[in-house]
Amino acid sequence: MKRKRNIKLFEPALVKQAVVQSFVKLNPVYMMKNPVMFTVEIGTIIMAVITVISINNAAATHESFAYNFTITVLLFFTIIFANFAEAIAEERGKAQAESLRKTREDTPAKKLKEDGSIEIVSSSLLRKGDVFTAEAGDLIAADGEIIEGLASIDESAITGESAPVIREAGTDKSGVVGGTKVLSDKITVEVSANPGETFMDKMIALVEGANRQKTPNEIALSILLAGFTLVFLLVVVTLAPFAEYSSTVISIAALISLFVCLIPTTIGGLLSAIGIAGMDRALRANIIAKSGKAVETAGDIDVVLLDKTGTITIGNRKATNFFPVNGYSKEEFIKCTVLSSLADHTPEGKSIIELAEKLQHDMFPVNADSAEFINFSAETRMSGVNLKDGTQIRKGAWDAIKKWTDNPDHVAEEIYSKVKEIAGNGGTPLAVGINKKAIGVVQLEDIIKPGIQERFERLRKMGVKTVMVTGDNPLTAKYIANQAGVDDFIAEAKPEDKLRYIIEEQKGGKLVAMMGDGTNDAPALAQADVGVAMNSGTQAAKEAANMVDLDNDPTKLLEVIEIGKQLLITRGNVTTFSIVNDVAKYFAIVPALFMVTIPGLNALNIMKLSTPESAILSAVIFNALIILALIPIALRGVKYRPIGATGILIRNLWIYGMGGLIIPFAGIKLIDVIVSLFFR
Amino acid sequence: MTSEILGIVVILLLMIVLSYPLGKYISKVFKGEKVWTDFFAPVENFIFKLSGIDPNKEMDWKENMKALLKLNLVFFIWAFVIFLIQDKIPIWNPAGIAGMEPSLAFNTAVSFISNTNIQHYSGETGLSYFSQLLVVCYMQFVSAATGIAALALIYKGLAQKKASDIGNFYNLFLKTNTRILLPLSVLVAVILLLNGTPDTFKGPQTIKTLQGDTVTVALGPAAPVIAIKQLGTNGGGFFGPNSAHPFENPNYFTNIVENVDILLIPMALVFAFGFYLNKKRLGIMIFIVMTVLYVSFTAAAVKFEVDGNPLIKKIGIEQATGNMEGKEVRFGPAASAFWASSTTVTSNGSSNSNHDSQTPLAGAVDLINMMVNSIFGGVGVGFINFFMFLIIAVFIAGLMVGRTPEFLGKKIEAKEVKVAALIILLHPFLILVSTAISSYIASINAHTGWLTNPSYHGFSEMLYEFTSASANNGSEFTGLNANVPFWNIMDGVIMLVGRFLPIIGPVAIAGSLAEKKYIPESEGTLKLDSYAFGIVLLAVIVVISALSFFPALAVGPIAEYFSI
Repeated sequence: MKRKRNIKLFEPALVKQAVVQSFVKLNPVYMMKNPVMFTVEIGTIIMAVITVISINNAAATHESFAYNFTITVLLFFTIIFANFAEAIAEERGKAQAESLRKTREDTPAKKLKEDGSIEIVSSSLLRKGDVFTAEAGDLIAADGEIIEGLASIDESAITGESAPVIREAGTDKSGVVGGTKVLSDKITVEVSANPGETFMDKMIALVEGANRQKTPNEIALSILLAGFTLVFLLVVVTLAPFAEYSSTVISIAALISLFVCLIPTTIGGLLSAIGIAGMDRALRANIIAKSGKAVETAGDIDVVLLDKTGTITIGNRKATNFFPVNGYSKEEFIKCTVLSSLADHTPEGKSIIELAEKLQHDMFPVNADSAEFINFSAETRMSGVNLKDGTQIRKGAWDAIKKWTDNPDHVAEEIYSKVKEIAGNGGTPLAVGINKKAIGVVQLEDIIKPGIQERFERLRKMGVKTVMVTGDNPLTAKYIANQAGVDDFIAEAKPEDKLRYIIEEQKGGKLVAMMGDGTNDAPALAQADVGVAMNSGTQAAKEAANMVDLDNDPTKLLEVIEIGKQLLITRGNVTTFSIVNDVAKYFAIVPALFMVTIPGLNALNIMKLSTPESAILSAVIFNALIILALIPIALRGVKYRPIGATGILIRNLWIYGMGGLIIPFAGIKLIDVIVSLFFR
Repeated sequence: MTSEILGIVVILLLMIVLSYPLGKYISKVFKGEKVWTDFFAPVENFIFKLSGIDPNKEMDWKENMKALLKLNLVFFIWAFVIFLIQDKIPIWNPAGIAGMEPSLAFNTAVSFISNTNIQHYSGETGLSYFSQLLVVCYMQFVSAATGIAALALIYKGLAQKKASDIGNFYNLFLKTNTRILLPLSVLVAVILLLNGTPDTFKGPQTIKTLQGDTVTVALGPAAPVIAIKQLGTNGGGFFGPNSAHPFENPNYFTNIVENVDILLIPMALVFAFGFYLNKKRLGIMIFIVMTVLYVSFTAAAVKFEVDGNPLIKKIGIEQATGNMEGKEVRFGPAASAFWASSTTVTSNGSSNSNHDSQTPLAGAVDLINMMVNSIFGGVGVGFINFFMFLIIAVFIAGLMVGRTPEFLGKKIEAKEVKVAALIILLHPFLILVSTAISSYIASINAHTGWLTNPSYHGFSEMLYEFTSASANNGSEFTGLNANVPFWNIMDGVIMLVGRFLPIIGPVAIAGSLAEKKYIPESEGTLKLDSYAFGIVLLAVIVVISALSFFPALAVGPIAEYFSI
């Protein structure tokens, strides 16, 4: 069962917190980080002063006290709405993080002292390099790497997955996470990070916004928005002498209103919320990103390296066929094969027995009393059984079996042709021999995960090249690659082959992502532009990667890429919407400013707004409300569709470009109708 | 009227048909491929030997910009000094024209090195033949070549995969003169000569008319000056009335030739961009975007002019010939409006009619053209300005397709956005601030003597002057009395800043992009040559320009239009 990770968009408790935060964030020191909204704050302060002046001397401000006051309040709410957007994004992130943080509560740790004795200390006192032990029933005190032992561990607190997992020292699955529970056996763990400095702590900080660093793209966009703000500052400031020339008096209230309406407050107010929400989405997918930049980069990935096993195919190979040779009967062959596999606990061995049971159910249970089982060894590369009557049965790769047997040529040839046929179809042949005579071949096959082809198709449409990495021989690899629909494969891959492939692609300017868990994956993870380590992986792998996947799900890369793209698209669309909005605001405000002195300009009042005051008020109100209205889009992100770059652009232009042009005309008119009921 | 419109269509088609092969030729020149003008090579080598410059030394953007500024400083000093002392030079001054007043000399010198050619003097009475040829005509070549060579640096910068050098400015500069400007100018000058434009060192001639009056007719070596003035988007006329003068632009045929010349090189440089980078489709897409803007703005202006003066219409007088105020009868309102739009989209600024006398919205079109300043634009610099809009459009559209934005395989990051935003900001800054200052002075002091027209039109005149200066255009609303120190100096500074910063900034961007790693295109990459991106580009240009200038236009020409 997956942990419940869906927080309602406006969860009442969070909203309350966010409202408080919106006011706290008014602090100019904090506002200065956001130049667009900071100028609004300055404008509001000026308006507040003007309002105070107009209590006694309204004529000096050219507007009534009520009008000045209304504008001030509206500007104030514009800032509050923008702050609220950021605050609610942070609160949602915090809530998300909270569920993770629960796992980090203080637990007693059995710290192993240098003299070998055990001291019970609080987990918060554990430092990097300390060693502690944990046994069945214990909560693991801190993130670390198993240096001794093996245990089954319940990681459901982190992953939501209730099935226990095995973690073992010296393997690729030696990493443990604080807060998870040991179910059996005993392990010794070396702490990998000081409290507060673990990956998860970093991620929590990123989501909460406290230590959030702007990503490069966000900085570039901020600069562009600051540029727009400057242009409009210029436009508004110079408008005063222009007006003076035509003997028009424009009040400060009107100028500031025009300024705030023109500067890109919509995107300016939502920009950081969009960024935080992107991290939040990553976290919801159980990805711990070490920086916002990593998530952003993910959207640009051109090439992904995927391990065959576990990503493209289901776990392990399965037996799918028995092929006896040299006139052996199928029954006899199957029986021998089963005998040789009885003590073989590898997934392949088990699958042979499963298949045999299905084909010849009556054969079971097989009697193998007092037989001697021969385990697989790297030397012989065979496993098997010696029966008590002296019969020897062996199974293994054909070249190993071939050495062990002394067959006449025609048998060897018959087997070899079968072996070739199976390999050519993406299977793995397993030869079986009895008493130094080969008797047949078992076909093992990879089972391609259902739905994986569609996912690769989706990636292809995004422009991402998929590369399968496998230890299989090229023939088998090619077959599976075709079946799964990947674009390329690396066969008989050694860890350094991954690294070489990544460097090669990067030389061509491509951005490469990969997922890995083993220590020998670490160099490649570090080299890749986006390296995702599995949480179960070794410490070295996790350190080299820039993201950690808590679910240990190899297909997670695909999700990460979409989250990255979504982040950028949301930014781009809201920017477009925000800027295009200005067209309508001009048509509302400019005729209003000159309605008295240049009556001809009323021809530009195409919305037929009732009075100059109501026109300006309506534009300012619209400008504030639109921030509020777009918060859901900022938080959820614009859905990414793999319809090609041009397709996405056209779609977004219609919705956010055209929409941004039309909506304010309708919105301002509607608000004007309502406002003019009050301002008469 | 139909034949007049037809005339415009013919001119437009001629421009396109001629600029396409010229673009291909220009790209070859810049790539250093074999071209028929290679016979100039010995001359070029001789000049390089003489000046001790190594034309094959590859330079980065900073070195190139230093070269550009150094060269232009020399040009400025040369122009400034000659204008001041032209009366002391013993040759080529048959009319005995006096030296210039310093603020006018400053304004005029800046005006010509910056390819602006604002003229606060009248050619016949303000300049000696020496100044006309060795300053004005010479500057019209080198200022045009400066802009084109700067653009060639940008082409190279964009083509580089990962290297800091972007070509050699000196080499590109000289080749632009010898291989592009010179051959074309000779061709055009000959056409003009054959149609009656004078080319002589004789002073003004006095003739007796049939009525018996005595008329002094100004002459001079006009043909070559006029040829390069049109080809190099210079616009500085030999005679005061510019291309309305019968010697500068004798007949409808020369009008066609000159109008084609105005846009020939600016258009060719768009195609050249496509050829140079092997992105022909992108070149054509940009050409279409520019043409859409050019044609729609021009069509509006032509319509307003052909419709005639609304005030006359109100009285009930029919105007079959359209608005003829300030027009030459041999061209008529349609061809005049077309010229006005052509000369303002490019930063040419020559005129065959009086822009000040146009109907308000036709005048607004001239203003908008100069405010955008990148629809074909000045030779070289027009495309350079457009390049800034490209960067912004790529940035926004890139985000919209979900990748960090790339332009031709290079990532657009904070640095590029910063420079592009500042350069785009500069143009409205110069125009709005200076217009604000002048309109403030005009509003508190009714006796400046600047404005010959009151009210909105007076505002338009000031706005036009500064827009023209900042856009390095050079055309004027002549109602403004601009030959006073305030305007001479203000204009001069604006022309300088508006000329060189928008060259340096974009070249710096190209230099920065050149050094970046090249990212090959994928399915997910924004397709720059798609119509969708064309629309984004169009929208970015229109929206940014409209948002920056709408209020200024509203209190000027738009207010005038709605008030008459």
